[in-house]
Amino acid sequence: MSTASHPHAGHTHDPADAHHEDHHGPAKGLTRWLFTTNHKDIGTLYLLFALVMLFVGGAMAMVIRLELFQPGLQFVNPDFFNQMTTMHALIMIFGMIMPAFVGFANWMIPLMIGAPDMALPRLNNWSFWILPFASTILVSTLFMPGGGPAGGWTLYPPLSLQAGNSFPFTIFAIHMLGMSSILGSINIIVTIMNMRAPGMTLLKMPLFVWTWLITAYLLIAAMPVLAGGVTMLLTDQFFGTSFFQAAGGGDPVLFQHIFWFFGHPEVYIIILPAFGIVSQIIPTFSRKPLFGYAAMVYATASIGFLSFIVWAHHMFTVGMPLAGEMFFMLSTMLIAIPTAVKVFNWTATMWRGSLTFETPMLFALAFLFLFTIGGFSGLMLAIAPADFQYHDTYFVVAHFHYVLVPGALFGAIAGAYFWLPKWTGHRYDERLGKIHFWLSAISVNVTFFPQHFLGLAGMPRRIPDYATQFADWNMISSIGSFGFGLSQVLFAYIVFKTIRGGAKATAEVWDQPEGLEWTVPSPAPYHTFDEAPVVK
Amino acid sequence: MAHAQDKYYVPHGTRWPIIGSVGLFTLFVGVSILLNGGSTAPLALLGAAILILMMFLWFGEVIGESEAGTYNDQVDQSFRMGMMWFILSEVMFFACFFGALFYARQLALPWLGGEGSETVTNLFLWPGFENTWPSSGPAALGGDYEVMGPWGIPALNTAILLTSGVTITIAHHALKANQRGMLNLFLGLTVLLGFTFLGFQAYEYSHAYAELNLKLSTAGMYGSTFFMLTGFHGLHVTIGAIMLTVILFRCLKGHFTPARHFAFEGVAWYWHFVDVVWLGLFIFVYWL
Repeated sequence: MSTASHPHAGHTHDPADAHHEDHHGPAKGLTRWLFTTNHKDIGTLYLLFALVMLFVGGAMAMVIRLELFQPGLQFVNPDFFNQMTTMHALIMIFGMIMPAFVGFANWMIPLMIGAPDMALPRLNNWSFWILPFASTILVSTLFMPGGGPAGGWTLYPPLSLQAGNSFPFTIFAIHMLGMSSILGSINIIVTIMNMRAPGMTLLKMPLFVWTWLITAYLLIAAMPVLAGGVTMLLTDQFFGTSFFQAAGGGDPVLFQHIFWFFGHPEVYIIILPAFGIVSQIIPTFSRKPLFGYAAMVYATASIGFLSFIVWAHHMFTVGMPLAGEMFFMLSTMLIAIPTAVKVFNWTATMWRGSLTFETPMLFALAFLFLFTIGGFSGLMLAIAPADFQYHDTYFVVAHFHYVLVPGALFGAIAGAYFWLPKWTGHRYDERLGKIHFWLSAISVNVTFFPQHFLGLAGMPRRIPDYATQFADWNMISSIGSFGFGLSQVLFAYIVFKTIRGGAKATAEVWDQPEGLEWTVPSPAPYHTFDEAPVVK
Repeated sequence: MAHAQDKYYVPHGTRWPIIGSVGLFTLFVGVSILLNGGSTAPLALLGAAILILMMFLWFGEVIGESEAGTYNDQVDQSFRMGMMWFILSEVMFFACFFGALFYARQLALPWLGGEGSETVTNLFLWPGFENTWPSSGPAALGGDYEVMGPWGIPALNTAILLTSGVTITIAHHALKANQRGMLNLFLGLTVLLGFTFLGFQAYEYSHAYAELNLKLSTAGMYGSTFFMLTGFHGLHVTIGAIMLTVILFRCLKGHFTPARHFAFEGVAWYWHFVDVVWLGLFIFVYWL
C-alpha cells in the first residue's frame, strides 16, 4: 500500500526551529500520565483502563451467572441482581469496549497515516481523563442508599425513575462518558482529515482508519441525542416536566425512540473498529492484500448510514403503528447486505492465501465465524412478527453477546496481540496466546450458545430466578462463563508478561505486513513521523 | 490536505484537562447530592469555579501560543475542523429536543386523543380528551396556563438575533479588510445585541412564571418542550455572548490579522448556529 521514506530524510530545518524540543522523551513519574499529550501514552492509558474495566464488568457478569447457576435465589437478592445486569452493561459498553477501541485509535491512527500525533493533543488528554472520574461516579452508585441503577442499561422510564439516590449520579456519569466520546471523536476525525502524510489519499488509508472515521461520525451524531434523552429523564424526575408521562401529554415510548436513536448507532460504534482491526489482521496472515478494499469502505459507510434508520427494531413490541414495524423490519434487514459484503471479502482475502495461524489470526477467524452467528440471529430478530416471540428473552441476550464478545471483544483482543510487539518491542508468548485463544473460543460458545435454546424456550432476560426446565442449560452456560472469566486472567498475565520482557520484536514484527506502522522500530519511539513520510 | 511550512505544533504536557476533570467531578457530585435533597450547593459552585478557571487558563495558554505564532496553517485547519464537528454535536443535541416536540405533537398527543388504532386508549384511559396544541396533556397537569404568543418579545428577539448575524458578518469583512475601527464597532454591536436578546429572554421567563402560570413543571408537554428548548437555547446564547465578549477584548488588544483569525470565525460560526436554532424555535415553539 505504501512505502515510507526515512522519517528524517529529505527536509532541511529552518534554524529558527532549533529551539523546539523535538526529540525529548517522556516526562518522569506520575505526571507523565496525568499531563501527557502524547498519543501513545494516551493510547496506553485507554487500553489499560479498558483492561481494568473488563475485570470490573466481568466480575459483575460472574455474579449474574453465579446466581443463575441453579434455579431459586442462592446468592444475591433480586434488586442487587438487577443492579448487576444494569451496571455490567453500562461498564462493559462505556467503560470497557469503547475506551479499548479509542485506545487502539490513539495508538495506531497517527502511525498508520504518518502523523506526528493526534491533531488536538491537549483535548486528547481530556477525553481520556474524564473517563476514570465518570466511572468512579458510576461504580460508586453501588454503595449508595437504594443501590446502583437497576432498571437496565436502557434506562427506560418510568422504571429507571424509581432508582434511589443513584439516579442523578448515573445520569451525570453518562453525560461525562458522552463528553469523553464526543471530544475523542472530534479529535479522531480531525486527525484523519487533516494529518495524513502527503500521498496518503483517503482511499489509500488502512481500513482500520476508515472504520474509525465512520465510527467517529456516528459518535458525534448519536451521543448528543443520548445526552438530550437522559437530560429529559433528569428534568422529569426533579423538575416536574412531563416528557415521558402520558398524563402530561408526553409518552414513555418517546424515551425508547430517543434512546435507540442513540443505541443503534452505538451498536455499530462498538463493532466497526473491530471490523477495522480484523481487516488489518486477515490480509497480514493470508499474505494477500485485502480483497475488495473499496467495497469494504463503501460497505462500512453504508452500515454507518443505515444505523440511523433502524432503531425501532429494538421496540417491535411497544405498540408501534404497522407502517413503523414494516419500515424498521425492512431497513434492518438491509444491513445484512453491507455486512455480508464484509464477511465475503474477509473470506475471499484468505482464498489461496499463504495462511498461518498466529494468535491474532486465530482470534480474527473466530471473530469471522462467531460474529456471523450473531449476525444471523440478528436477522431472525429483525423479523417483526417473529420478534414478538423472542423479545426480552435469552435469545436476545445470546444474540448481542455473540456480536459483542466473540465479535467486538475478540476484535480488540486480536488487535492487542497483533500490535503488542509494536507497542512494547517484545513478542508475546505465542504458546500462551494460543492457549488463551482456545480456552476463550470454547468457553465463549459454552456460555452463550445454550442461551439461544433458553430464549427460544421462553426464558426471560433480567430475571434472577427461572423455571426448573431451564436448569440444565443455565448451569452449562454458567460453567462456560466462569471458564471465560478465568481465561481472561490469562490474557492479562500475557499482556503484562509481554510488557515486562520477551523476545525482541523487529520493526516489521510479522511477515511483510502492509502499512506505515511497520516502518517504525518496535517499540515505536515516543515521537514518530516528526517529518511526514512520503506515501506512494 | 494542508502541507505544513514547518512542524505541526504538538504541546508537551498540559495540566488543564486533569483540572477540568476534577472540576466536572466536583460539579456533578455536588449537583447530584443537591438534587437528592442534600445541601452541597457550595460543592457544586466550587466545581463550576474550577471548570471556569480551567477554561480561562487553558484558552489563555492557547491564545498566547497563537499570538506568538506557534501555530502553522495545518494547526489552524485542525482548530477549524474541530469547531465544525463540535457544532454538529450541538446540532444533534437540539435535534433531540426538537424530535421530542414533533413526536409529542404528531404522534403522542393524537394517540392519546384516540387517533388511528388508539381509540381504546382514549375511551378507557383518557375519555373526553381531545388533541390540541398547545397541550398540557389529558390530566392537564399543573392547572391553567397561558401560551406564550409569537408576536411580542419573541418576534423582537428574532429581529435582534438576525440583526446580530448581519453585524458579525460586517465585522468579519472589516477584519479581513483590516478596518479595525469598523471591526470593533460592529463586533461591539453584536455583543450588545446578544446581551439584549438575553435580557428580553429573562424578562419573558419572569413574565411566564409570574403572570402566565407557564412553568417548567406546569403546562405538561407544552411547558416541558417550551422551557427545555428555549432554556438550552438561552444557555447557548449566553455561552456565545461570553465568547463574543472575549473575542471583542482580543480585537481591542489588537489580536487577529486579516489572514489569521480562527477564533473569530469559530465564534462567528457558533453565533450563526444559535441563530439558526432560534429560527427553528420561533417557528415551531412560538408560532405554529
